[in-house]
Amino acid sequence: MPEVKSPDDDGVQIDMISAERMEGLTSMEKIRIILDGVRDGNIVILEEGLTPDEESRLIEVTMTEISPDEFNGIEIESYPQSGDDEGGFLGRLMGKESTPKKLTVIGPANQIETLHKDETLISALVSRN
Amino acid sequence: MGLLTELRDSISRAAATLFSEQDPKRIGIYGPPNAGKTTLANRIARDWTGDAVGPESHIPHETRRARRKENVEIERDGGTVEIDIVDTPGVTTKVDYTEFLEHDMEKDDAVRRSREATEGVAEAMHWLREDVDGVIYVLDSTEDPFTQVNTMLIGIIESQDLPVLILANKIDLEDSSIQRIRNAYPQHETIPLSALEGDNMDEVYDKIAEYFG
Repeated sequence: MPEVKSPDDDGVQIDMISAERMEGLTSMEKIRIILDGVRDGNIVILEEGLTPDEESRLIEVTMTEISPDEFNGIEIESYPQSGDDEGGFLGRLMGKESTPKKLTVIGPANQIETLHKDETLISALVSRN
Repeated sequence: MGLLTELRDSISRAAATLFSEQDPKRIGIYGPPNAGKTTLANRIARDWTGDAVGPESHIPHETRRARRKENVEIERDGGTVEIDIVDTPGVTTKVDYTEFLEHDMEKDDAVRRSREATEGVAEAMHWLREDVDGVIYVLDSTEDPFTQVNTMLIGIIESQDLPVLILANKIDLEDSSIQRIRNAYPQHETIPLSALEGDNMDEVYDKIAEYFG
């Protein structure tokens, strides 16, 4: 059993979730892992991002969980899709599921602030609430 | 014979009405809060139907329910394009009621507005997945277009193979930059306009007819 420490009161917990761990999970299971982590005040980093459909559902579920003075929502950052790594229309026609494969960072809206973002760099400030 | 011919003609006219005419396409107006979506929806609706779609405001999340204006007939090149316009709430990943307090709102009103806003965003996402045939994506050209919400939403729209027209709104303002939007989303055509002033609406209607007709 790997060693697990309790998070320090002064620190911010970062969960780096491998593609392997997310593989085989349903969309809702992935969304639950993300939102449960974020609602605990953690920063969740996904080795591979979500599909556009999962992103759409993540926004929808996040909205239903926002509650005044408790949870304001999420900040999410990933590199923009380049478009040519998706397999395109032909890929979808052949039944190929588009896989974004983009590192994605998700955190509580009141603890993470994007400082700079472009195609190759995301710079964010993470603070303790 | 005359009666038979008349009967046959009227049946074929009825069949033509039933089967040939397409239902108007539902075009969703999407974008971040305060991009001018309702101002655009009202401009289009007023230009072609004489009615407005909903109230406009500088306070974010004024539109908290998707509103549909049906059967908007846009005349172009001697023909008409009939669409339903769906004005949607601005999409975001966060809603903080305290931001509304800065607009002289009481706490109860701000909390209610934030709750309605979250419901509206969820509704807008649902419409996008299930109920629109095309998208007009409105961006405030004075703001940085390179946000995660814009990137995600355009990705979601592309993944569904929906036709999308990007509009760079608020070109009447000094800080407007159309090129910044073109650089951020080079895979799509960007049309500049001021929905408030009615600038460049002719080109917008040409493109609506071209993309969604």
